[in-house]
Amino acid sequence: MSIKVVDRKPLTFYENSYLPTLLGGLKVTWKHFKRSTIGGQTVTMQYPEEKWVVPQGYRGAPYLVKDQDGHTKCVSCQLCEFVCPPKAIKITPPGPDGQPADRQNAEKMPKEFEINMLRCIFCGLCQEVCPEEAIFLQRDYSLTGENREEMIYGKEKLLKLGGTHAGTQKWKHKLEEAAEQDVFPVQ
Amino acid sequence: MEFLRYLDPTLQFVLFSAAKIVVVFAVTMTFVAYAVLAERKISAWIQDRVGPNRTAPPIAGYIPILGPLLTRMGMFQPMADGLKFMLKEDFTPNYVRKVYFWLAPAITVIPAFMTLAIIPFGSTLGNVDNKMVIADLNVGILYTFGIVSLGVYGIVLAGYASNSKYPFLGSIRSSAQMISYEIAMGMSVVSVFMVVGDLNLSAVIEYQAHYGWMVLRQPLAFVLFLVSAFAETNRLPFDLPESESELVGGYHTEYSSMKFALFFLGEYANMIAASAMMVTLFFGGWTLPFLSEPASGLLAGLVHIAVFIAKMIVLMVVFIWVRWMLPRFRYDQLMDLGWRRFIPLALGNILVTALVLAFTTK
Repeated sequence: MSIKVVDRKPLTFYENSYLPTLLGGLKVTWKHFKRSTIGGQTVTMQYPEEKWVVPQGYRGAPYLVKDQDGHTKCVSCQLCEFVCPPKAIKITPPGPDGQPADRQNAEKMPKEFEINMLRCIFCGLCQEVCPEEAIFLQRDYSLTGENREEMIYGKEKLLKLGGTHAGTQKWKHKLEEAAEQDVFPVQ
Repeated sequence: MEFLRYLDPTLQFVLFSAAKIVVVFAVTMTFVAYAVLAERKISAWIQDRVGPNRTAPPIAGYIPILGPLLTRMGMFQPMADGLKFMLKEDFTPNYVRKVYFWLAPAITVIPAFMTLAIIPFGSTLGNVDNKMVIADLNVGILYTFGIVSLGVYGIVLAGYASNSKYPFLGSIRSSAQMISYEIAMGMSVVSVFMVVGDLNLSAVIEYQAHYGWMVLRQPLAFVLFLVSAFAETNRLPFDLPESESELVGGYHTEYSSMKFALFFLGEYANMIAASAMMVTLFFGGWTLPFLSEPASGLLAGLVHIAVFIAKMIVLMVVFIWVRWMLPRFRYDQLMDLGWRRFIPLALGNILVTALVLAFTTK
């Protein structure tokens, strides 16, 4: 491998006088000054008024989602509660005499489901571990509240914020598959 | 105002001087506040940002058009900043040398304001005996250099009193820098006074009113003075004493609240003083080519003052603009520029001026 020695010319008198750098600096700063005053092109985003558009797949706050029929997907298995590293999730199961699940193919749904957004680190483990695809990290990144209690989001609030997750319809497909298998003989 | 005529001259002089001091001080303080705003705004624009555009008292919302406009320009920001300095905790660390720690901010601010005393900021307000200058000293510029060199003690003391390494390094740098550039600065203006033949600043302005601005006759002296002024006021590219990226905050690292504000005030007051001095020495002070006679009435007098302030603002903008143009000099480069280039150049300028004067005047 050959080494190429870059020729370093000594600075000329003109270059040594700081004048070219001075003029260069003048030009650059003037260009930017003009762009932001006359052109009105600034990189600043006036935050509360205009908001950043978060890309798809952003890991924001975790919310509970409903299925396509508007029923609770969560079955209160508590896996997310166990996996949650900062212990932000607290689930109260319905117990033996509690309310049954409001959808097919599920035995129960949580009596109360709380996420402490002050503890949550948006790691996404709850989403990863959920067997029912009931909790998703969504695109909310700016959570505010006036006190700590307000930052503990309850079940109703989480379901409302989470909305319907139409993209994954696990049980709908399973049901269709089951219905297909009921047809006999198999074509 | 008729009763003023019947007072004895000494009392009149005292009254007028006091009035001028109060007005100049008030105007300078306002200028400092808005220089900070200008600095923030212009810096923001140069960096493609917006700058302060939100601070507003509640009443601003009720003024149609003007209110939102002033808010967007950040016109209320200086008030909020000033208030903030008043309300902040004044924290004195345990390990400082208390007496000097308290003394240093005052020593920085006072010389900055004292230099303004000899600047002729206008002609007259109608009364010929009452010039618009606080002290019309015959030694003029000598007084300025005497006072300016006092300013370095504030910074040195701040560094020493803080008893902490970053302020100490900052103050070492600044003392070397200010002492070196004071020489270059002093030598650069010698040629100006050789041409004028008087040290009184009013005489310098009078000369320029007759023979044109000094910047055209002594361009080299102006460049030397301008660059030295940057070094003397610790502005970029010579802001070694406070270089944020190396020395935390430089000599005022350990200061907080009002004491820090005094350093800040001193820096900007120095900038104002340097701009005023440059306007006086090189840009004809309050005169314009078609407006060079001393005012005979109140209105003309005010116009002269406005001209002076306008010229000063232009130079202040240059000060702020240059901040984003050049990177900081290295310490040895700074010394090299001061001692090995500026002082010989200034001496050469004096020599050439002397030769030209010797051959052209009888």
